[in-house]
Amino acid sequence: MSAETADRETETLSMREAIRAALREELLADDDVFIMGQDEEDGGSFEVTAGLHDEFGFDRVRNTPISEAAQIGSGVGAAATGLRPVVNLSFADFIGVCFDQVMNQAGKTRYMFGGASEVPLTIRAIEGAGLNAAAQHSGTVHTLVAHLPGVKAVAPGTPAAAMGLMKSAVRSNDPVVFFENKTIYERHGDVPTGDDFTVPLGEASIEQAGEDVTVVATQRLLGESIAAARDVDASVEVIDPRSLYPLDTDTLADSLRKTGRLVVADESPLSYGLHAEIVTRVVENAFWSIDAPVQRVGVPDTPIPFAPSQEDEVVPDADDVRRAIQRTV
Amino acid sequence: MTETLDTPEKRRSALRTMVLIREFENHVRDRFADNEIPGFVHLSQGQEAVAVGVCTALSRDDYITSTHRAHGHSLAKGLEPDRLLAELYGKAEGHCGGRGGSMHVADLDEGMLGAQPIVGASVPLGTGAGITAQLSDADWMATAFCGDGSVAAGQVHEAINLAATWQLPVVFVVENNQYSEGMVFDEQHNVEDVAEMASAYGIPGEIVDGQDVTAVNETMRAARERALDGDGPTLIEAKTYRYRGHFEGDEQPYRSQEEVEDWRENRDPIDNYRERLAAAGELTDEEFEAIRTEVKAVMADAVEFARNADEPAPEAAYDDVFVEEAPEIDAFRERMAADGDNGGVGL
Ligand SMILES: Cc1ncc(C[n+]2csc(CCOP(=O)(O)OP(=O)(O)O)c2C)c(N)n1
Ligand SMILES: [Mg+2]
Repeated sequence: MSAETADRETETLSMREAIRAALREELLADDDVFIMGQDEEDGGSFEVTAGLHDEFGFDRVRNTPISEAAQIGSGVGAAATGLRPVVNLSFADFIGVCFDQVMNQAGKTRYMFGGASEVPLTIRAIEGAGLNAAAQHSGTVHTLVAHLPGVKAVAPGTPAAAMGLMKSAVRSNDPVVFFENKTIYERHGDVPTGDDFTVPLGEASIEQAGEDVTVVATQRLLGESIAAARDVDASVEVIDPRSLYPLDTDTLADSLRKTGRLVVADESPLSYGLHAEIVTRVVENAFWSIDAPVQRVGVPDTPIPFAPSQEDEVVPDADDVRRAIQRTV
Repeated sequence: MTETLDTPEKRRSALRTMVLIREFENHVRDRFADNEIPGFVHLSQGQEAVAVGVCTALSRDDYITSTHRAHGHSLAKGLEPDRLLAELYGKAEGHCGGRGGSMHVADLDEGMLGAQPIVGASVPLGTGAGITAQLSDADWMATAFCGDGSVAAGQVHEAINLAATWQLPVVFVVENNQYSEGMVFDEQHNVEDVAEMASAYGIPGEIVDGQDVTAVNETMRAARERALDGDGPTLIEAKTYRYRGHFEGDEQPYRSQEEVEDWRENRDPIDNYRERLAAAGELTDEEFEAIRTEVKAVMADAVEFARNADEPAPEAAYDDVFVEEAPEIDAFRERMAADGDNGGVGL
């Protein structure tokens, strides 16, 4: 239950529906918004944009060749000259073939030209293990992007956050990479109605208040963490950071000051991951409140294996979060 | 701009711009050698007719994108020599406030969308501007400059293919100066001419003598018209030559001094155009000297301007990372202001 849904009229949407509805609203609201991606006219991967091509036509929702570098690179050019492109990269693992465009073009254009241009570009990227899609279609790469100067990154864990952040991303005058976890498209939740609803970049959401342990959890692991919290003998506060950069340090540190215990659950590989950044920021700000060793839950530095037995081994779930919580109390 | 070079005045003006580029880069060469200009610089001397032939065919609203070798394109598109030089000096009055330097210059008001020293990156950027032009039914188009070496890069292929598939109003100008750093053309490509590659995209490929400003201008005008008529992109290969090393300081073991001298003596774009105008009775020696004198004065002023311009404030390093600032950047800026050093600064 995030702050946004507290006193508003809401409807129940899935993540998929929330993202689609947000994009539809932005297409309706601003003629400069257009969407491009592979198979986008048929809804793109996981049919997130299904129906939008029929409603808006080729000028607004279009297929691209399999040219990720040109998709993102031309997206930067279109953004710098006045449009608001939403580029669907599809699987986030494909970022490897267009990393230059994200790192050197999207991220640096405004800065290196002394503010001469703005790059209001949104990139959608689909992450996550759990569908036996193996190493090159299951990765969680948002740490790589959140690390890049000049690029903002969000990774919502609820439909409300997905809706509100997608609208903020499209409206933002900066490049934003919007990470979606492919295993939670059918996660349902309350989403405020009305097109004035947005979630600002850089605001975390306390999804479940608690007193004893803080669990900062992203995407799929948000749901796993809420489930794990039910199985422990402690009052657990579960926070979805939602926005990875900017990151809402204050909300995280405030929670720690209250609980003194921290678990960070994120599907990135553990080394040099988002976990490390969150822990560092909390330690920098709330060091004297920390009562137990902090715990990280993530993928133990392997690519994602294919065999279901192996995928289950390395991909964290509610049990892993539960054990991490128990280690802190 | 949008000149057809159809009057003596316009032709003299084109000649003047070429002389300006040559003179600008003479100063860059010398001031770089003096350590007055920091960083890396790549000169385009020898290639002036490509920049000027192309940009005289454009309107102010048309966008260009460029490469690490961007001085000529920038001046030809209308950037001021004093501010451009100030940018190379890393000064606040530079086109990018000193943030970009020689390799990263942009001025959107003049249609200079940006120099891209990542080899190949100028091409998708130009394609993207073409998307905007097409979707907004604009009466302007985009021109992406790139080098012969860049054509081996994947993003160049992707971006030309995308522009061709969508029939975007973009012209790709490949400046074939025969070298990429120290690698000669044949080491990188299995075709005789880059223009052959155009057929792979189903677009026209034109070869033009890049030492002949008139020929470049005419080829570019036809390509621009095609683009604006909705008939899609053209790939223009301008055969040219750079006189200086890849970068200032390059010892150039990959080519002979005779080869360089041969181009300078026999195929210099400024000499050739000057002779042509003189033969047509449009330019006396005195008139040419007057152009040179005027350009030298402009450049002397530009050097003074750049030297005397202010250093950017160190704390301006935190500006323009984003349009909508991130609290992280604000926090770092504040800590720096308070502590004056960034050791141990957290968020
Ligand atoms: C992606 C990338 N690879 C390599 C380089 C190093 N580099 C800078 S310029 C250059 C040569 C480019 O040759 P060409 O495209 O012919 O342009 P020219 O230098 O001749 O103008 C190279 C290899 C780079 N800047 N970017
Ligand atoms: Mg070259």
